[in-house]
Amino acid sequence: MKLFLSLLFRNRLAAFGAVVLAIIVILAVLTPLLPLHPPNATNTANRYLRPLADGHLLGTDHLGRDLLSRLLWGTRLSLAVGFAAALIAGLAGAAIGVMAGYFGGRTDNVTMRGIDMLMAFPYILLALAIVAVLGPGLLNALIAVAVVNIPFFARNIRGVTVGIAHREFIDAARLAGMGHARILLTEVVPNIVPVVVIAMSTTIGWMILETAGLSFLGLGSQPPQADLGSMLGEARSALITAPHTSIVPGVMILLIVMSVNLLGDGIRDALDPRLRSGALARPMAATRVDRRDVPPAQGDGLLTIDALDTQFQIGKRIYKAVNQVSLDLRPGECLGLIGESGSGKSVTALSVMGLVASPPGVITGGAVRLEGQDLIGAPYEVLRSLRGRRVAYIFQDPLSTLHPLYRIGDQLTEAIRVHDPVSHAEAHKRAVKLLEDVRIPNAAARMCAYPHELSGGMRQRVGIAMALANDPDIIIADEPTTALDVTVQAQILALLDELRQSRGLAILFITHDFGVVGQLCDRVAVMYGGRIVETGPTAEVLAAPAHPYTRRLIACVPELGQGQRVLAAIPGLPPAVDQLPDGCAFAPRCEKARAACKSGEIALTGATRKVRCLYPEEAHVARAENH
Amino acid sequence: MGGYILKRLLSAIPVLLGITVIVFLIMAMIPGDPATAILGSFATPENVERLNRFLGLDEPLWRQYFIWLGNMLQGDFGRSFALNRPVLDEILDRFSATLILAGTAFILCAVLGIVAGVVSASRQYGLADKAITFVVILGISVPSFFLGMMMILLFAVQLRWLPVSGMFSIWGGGNLPDLIRHLTMPAIALAVVATGVVARLSRGAMLEVLRQDFIRTARAKGVPERRVIWGHALRAAMVGIIPVLGIQAGFVLSGAVYIEIVFQWPGVGRMLVDAILRRDILLVQGGVVFIAACYVGFNIVVDVAQAMLDPRIKT
Amino acid sequence: MSLALKTTDLAKSFDIGKRLFGPPRAQVYAVRPVSLDVAQGETLGIVGESGCGKSTLARMLVGLSPPSAGEIEIEGRALDRADPAAFGRLIQYVFQDPVSSLNPRKTIRQIMEAPLRQLHGMRGAALEARIAELFDAVNLRPEFLDRYPHEFSGGQAQRIGIARALAASPRILILDEPVSALDVSVQAQVLNLLADLKVEFNLTYLFISHDLAVVEAVSDRIAVLYFGSVVETGPAEKVFAAPRHPYTKLLADSAPVVGRPLGGAQSGELPDPLNPPPGCAFAGRCPRASALCRAEVPRLRAIEGDQFAACHHPRDA
Repeated sequence: MKLFLSLLFRNRLAAFGAVVLAIIVILAVLTPLLPLHPPNATNTANRYLRPLADGHLLGTDHLGRDLLSRLLWGTRLSLAVGFAAALIAGLAGAAIGVMAGYFGGRTDNVTMRGIDMLMAFPYILLALAIVAVLGPGLLNALIAVAVVNIPFFARNIRGVTVGIAHREFIDAARLAGMGHARILLTEVVPNIVPVVVIAMSTTIGWMILETAGLSFLGLGSQPPQADLGSMLGEARSALITAPHTSIVPGVMILLIVMSVNLLGDGIRDALDPRLRSGALARPMAATRVDRRDVPPAQGDGLLTIDALDTQFQIGKRIYKAVNQVSLDLRPGECLGLIGESGSGKSVTALSVMGLVASPPGVITGGAVRLEGQDLIGAPYEVLRSLRGRRVAYIFQDPLSTLHPLYRIGDQLTEAIRVHDPVSHAEAHKRAVKLLEDVRIPNAAARMCAYPHELSGGMRQRVGIAMALANDPDIIIADEPTTALDVTVQAQILALLDELRQSRGLAILFITHDFGVVGQLCDRVAVMYGGRIVETGPTAEVLAAPAHPYTRRLIACVPELGQGQRVLAAIPGLPPAVDQLPDGCAFAPRCEKARAACKSGEIALTGATRKVRCLYPEEAHVARAENH
Repeated sequence: MGGYILKRLLSAIPVLLGITVIVFLIMAMIPGDPATAILGSFATPENVERLNRFLGLDEPLWRQYFIWLGNMLQGDFGRSFALNRPVLDEILDRFSATLILAGTAFILCAVLGIVAGVVSASRQYGLADKAITFVVILGISVPSFFLGMMMILLFAVQLRWLPVSGMFSIWGGGNLPDLIRHLTMPAIALAVVATGVVARLSRGAMLEVLRQDFIRTARAKGVPERRVIWGHALRAAMVGIIPVLGIQAGFVLSGAVYIEIVFQWPGVGRMLVDAILRRDILLVQGGVVFIAACYVGFNIVVDVAQAMLDPRIKT
Repeated sequence: MSLALKTTDLAKSFDIGKRLFGPPRAQVYAVRPVSLDVAQGETLGIVGESGCGKSTLARMLVGLSPPSAGEIEIEGRALDRADPAAFGRLIQYVFQDPVSSLNPRKTIRQIMEAPLRQLHGMRGAALEARIAELFDAVNLRPEFLDRYPHEFSGGQAQRIGIARALAASPRILILDEPVSALDVSVQAQVLNLLADLKVEFNLTYLFISHDLAVVEAVSDRIAVLYFGSVVETGPAEKVFAAPRHPYTKLLADSAPVVGRPLGGAQSGELPDPLNPPPGCAFAGRCPRASALCRAEVPRLRAIEGDQFAACHHPRDA
């Protein structure tokens, strides 16, 4: 709650809305106590007094009634009616929506058909019809506005409820022996409340407008009683001669509704956890770069990464996702980058072409050189012309990484044409060839398919074909087989390996699977806590890991063909990269850690085999000595 | 696609029937009988009874419904007693005026709203975003009838740029430029709220889409940013925006009632309010059914557009 | 050896193209009639790729999804009514996604209390004591009880999920991909914990996973699912070492193993569930397929000893 309020008031617009609304509400509550003229006392001698007239601060209306007094009494009425309508509509709509969404099936079907029927009316028709039946009057207008808005709430809440009803914790509750009523009350409703609050707070303003509208038409509050809408309605005939009688209530409606809307938006933002984490920020075209100095070039590979630092800056927290990472990739080589989730392997890969989502990602140091040309901080147009042409990516989940609304043929030809403006026919021909190259049967016919019409394996083949579109030198494959079944994974890996041989591709292969690295990669780099802890030729690293983390990680992964057994687990958890310990990040989980491991900077040492450890594994040391 | 359209048209039939039932039942609940309303409170009971029989009001409710429905299907919506002309003629006259007003406002709100939303999202937290957000908040907070009145005061009374009200000038009017001069203010006043809503939603939908993996894929291919935003992202965002446009069409149609009154626009909304205040039941019934049917038809168009955009929607 | 769980021709089909009246347009089988026996204290591993029906099977076994046909017997008693509460005391479920299986708006204590109160009517001090005992068993600190699910890592959340399942004092645990959402270094911790708990609480496990190596490491016996049917069962050490069904062989060859060359991968995909083939579902991808395979569905039969396969032309050991 405290967090909620502080978030709410950090938003200046919302705070402004809250203050304005608070003033209006306090005035409205205190109205009966204020020294005002009676709102309905007519005095035709004093008609249409201008504002600031003697004794009438805001002037008088066509019957000589004090506008200030009528304004405050009208505000009272409008506020009360708007809130009441929102409350009724919100609760009734939520109740219907929760029932329909939770029970599903026939209940849902019948209810939602009815709701659809009501939504087939432009809302005012329904409101007018209800008022026609009940007769004009403020209470009837309130009922009409509330009823008309129930379908919107019901629909919205039903959608959210369906999402929650299919979550696993609902199943867990059923398995714990809870009945429907208890599940609804204790599992579903608490998760719905924020949505209902958001929906209500963002629609109260709308309700106030609608009731004011009905009153404006003469169907709401009846004279002499007036809410803001009917004040405007009565003043309309004198719009030209006495505009202040219209402006006064109109501005009040505007103020109320605006402050309610600002506050409502603030409440929505404060309650939405995604906004809190900055997850709703739009990623820019290229990652933001904020580096002080450029490290000198180290190697002379095709692609060299030197002392790369990529951070996520969320609020005051800084996550050092990639911490002084250096790698080099030679032509035609396959380099495996292996690590657990959060180790920084994907962020390293995405940093190369500035594809880290930013905000919150920032590249704060280091260089990425493609044949000597530094890509970090390169102008966007340079980066864009290299993306896909020299360095192409293959991503993890082919369903979400292909555009769902474009035919795969169009996505392929686009990839070709952004770098090589050939004719459509020529691009089409090349695209078909690419699909054939990645062994998609019926390539010409598949050009017209949409991604959802293909299986996961076929989609990933399309992803690979797209990466090959401009004959790149380097392919960065970010866990390309993690989302696939094991038999499909084997096919895709074999295809990648074959393409690499036939086209002389250099591949940076990101994975968490030692088996895959062992089969595909020439060299491997192991990441932990944003740093590289060990690199070397794959066979050597796997046979004699030098870093304790590598050794124990290999040991705790079961390998097929060894039967039932007890696994050698690593105790503890991987470190959070916003609070890395001093010294070795693995030290808290390492049984060999000594005092020296927990302080200072530990360097990555060695020639072809490099390791970031003060006490590397003996098998490795022994092998090194034998050489 | 043809199959989908046919299916969607067929599924509209029960909705339309449901609408007629709801309208009929609501109207049947109106207290007092129409004959008294027509003949005035001083009519003799015999005359009231005769008229009731003439209007078919002595039949059981369900038969009244089917007679009414049958007549409507043959194009006979009955006669308005207050205007003494066929309901359908009156509706058609008035509806064309509403269609011009609401149609213009709808196109305005869709185009401006989407453009504003996309610009706002692609410059998130920038100056353009803040300016648009502010205007949008103002737009969705102002009552359209108040905005209309203020526009009249400013542009018609003070500056004398545009006519105060009506659809055509009384003398020498009737041509297109005259219509446009009369249409400008009401159409803008009507479009403002909906534009705000569409802009806000488009911004949200765009922000949601821009975080998706396939946008990263497009960038990784080297697609220029302008094309990423206005091609890849907007196309995906339209999947969320189009249904809102359907709902907003209903709101524009609803808002037309106020605007028609403020600007003395001879549309169907004003007709309905007058008919309700006069208890001209057949006119109200016919008008409501007619507008609702048009709205259902419009929503079919929206659904078809959605299905054409999104191949994942299959019949 | 007594049976903990027995299914007889358990099947699940879904209606496609529902109409308001009349029969649906088509039926799709998620699980074709499956008969399985699990002995007391055994771990039966179930492997299969996505779409093979392993999760649907699991949901039927705990009563979350009513079977379309067939029977479930737990310790000799038939359970035919899909009432999760009735199932709950005998058989419990550990979910794949540990975080989404915990209600974000409840404290861990409230989550732990639910099965104890609802299924066993525990209250007061006994309840407290039991929760402390369970938390101790899964190596979690008692102060975690007053926190909310989002404060936990995947591995910790999965321990909580296991503790909740144990709270029902079940005889059988269904573990549906319990470690696939976890990092490899945490995965082993949870697998070892599960092995300890099995002994401590005298449990029977059904361990479902797509990861062949993990299944092999934890199971006594393994059943391989393909396209909704069991195609092979046998002792863990034999199924992948000496597969009898060609599909099992394909699976075993596909698993990435250090030192084994890439390749041997064949194309081919699952049949269309809306239009299943008349014979063996694997025939289209099978190097040994004959006319018989394309015409007649093979039954699961003993090939040698306790190794069973549903194949007309099983491989030699």
